Amino acid sequence: MTTHEHELHGSELSEIELRVRALETVLTEKGYVDPSVLDPIIEHYETKIGPHNGARVIAKAWTDPAFNQALLVDATKAVDALGLISHVPEQLIAVENSPTLHNLVVCTLCSCYPWEMLGLPPVWYKSAPYRSRVVMDPRGVLADFGVTLPAETEIRVWDSTAESRFIVLPARPAGTECWTEEQLASLVTRDCMIGTGLPKRPEEVSA
Amino acid sequence: MNGVHDMGGMHNFGKVEPDPNEPVFHAAWEGRVVAMYFAMACTGEWNIDMTRAAREGLPAHVYLSVSYYHRWLLGLERNALDHGLVDADEIAAGHALRPGKPVKRILTKDEIDAAFRRGSYSRPTNREACFKAGDRVRAKNINPPTHTRLPRYARSRVGVVEAVRGCQVFPDSVMTGGGENPQWLYTVVFEGRELWGEKADPTLKVSVEAFEPYLEPA
Repeated sequence: MTTHEHELHGSELSEIELRVRALETVLTEKGYVDPSVLDPIIEHYETKIGPHNGARVIAKAWTDPAFNQALLVDATKAVDALGLISHVPEQLIAVENSPTLHNLVVCTLCSCYPWEMLGLPPVWYKSAPYRSRVVMDPRGVLADFGVTLPAETEIRVWDSTAESRFIVLPARPAGTECWTEEQLASLVTRDCMIGTGLPKRPEEVSA
Repeated sequence: MNGVHDMGGMHNFGKVEPDPNEPVFHAAWEGRVVAMYFAMACTGEWNIDMTRAAREGLPAHVYLSVSYYHRWLLGLERNALDHGLVDADEIAAGHALRPGKPVKRILTKDEIDAAFRRGSYSRPTNREACFKAGDRVRAKNINPPTHTRLPRYARSRVGVVEAVRGCQVFPDSVMTGGGENPQWLYTVVFEGRELWGEKADPTLKVSVEAFEPYLEPA
């Protein structure tokens, strides 16, 4: 904020900022929180976790049939063995799309989400419109994302009501036969691993 | 609790509005809340179910009107107050007025990386699972005023067990003083029409992760 904005708003910090600061001060003064841990935790969430982790797993599955199979049998074990991601959820479950089946992931009760694979969830995932509607009208929700599926495609919605964490394994886009794993990862969007999107088409990323 | 957090199947919340350029945090305070939440979880004074219950326990109008991380802040205040770690006058003052109480653990900087390993909810058991893949089950019609993870839309509905997920900490018990009381967990899949009636999308199936006490044979 500029000085001018401070004057406009009459105070330096908003009500919510003051409330957050108050709790932080109390928790640190009482010795429950070592203040030096907070910035590294924020940095972890901002940079270390994110959809890039999930994208590498999906690209690996697209290029390695044995890994693809292992991922579907026990995703936690398979991703652990890959050694790319340091903290794999205890009960990670990969669900595979096919020409006749499309998977979608939600947490209707709160916001459960595979943080380690996809980062912190976006606002829409945690919002009432998504949580209320996707279990009843998934095609309407997909329309909000600009996605239309064939009328006969079966839709499976996974409600994350316990500690199981789901990641969608989308179909590998056509026209990528010669692509490397790294190139393929660039096609894997966060939304296609939740099921509200499809992977990018090759022409969307190639120069 | 039949609260507003249990949103599956509700109408009138409007369209989903994706933001392709969304930052991880919209303001610095959101990151502070998440970091405090994580650091306080490391004290071991409460578990994840207690944090969910604290947010669900917010008054309905508050739950629906504040932003997501604002809800987390209010839940964290609730947990700290309920466990006697802080007092309301301290939050109001923005300073500690009394010394802290002993907690099981205080996270230090060199332990952060290890602490990011997600907590384990699986527990050993001697009991056999009551159900197996392929079994038809009915989700019970339960309406506890306390924390539960059986969404309302699944209650009284018949589905099929698709997978047995092991034995895990039972959230309902944690919040009613019964401790972890581990229970078998199943993926139970329901036809869209079973949940929403004959006008439902005929191509839809919805699954929930259901603890054994939520289920009965059908």
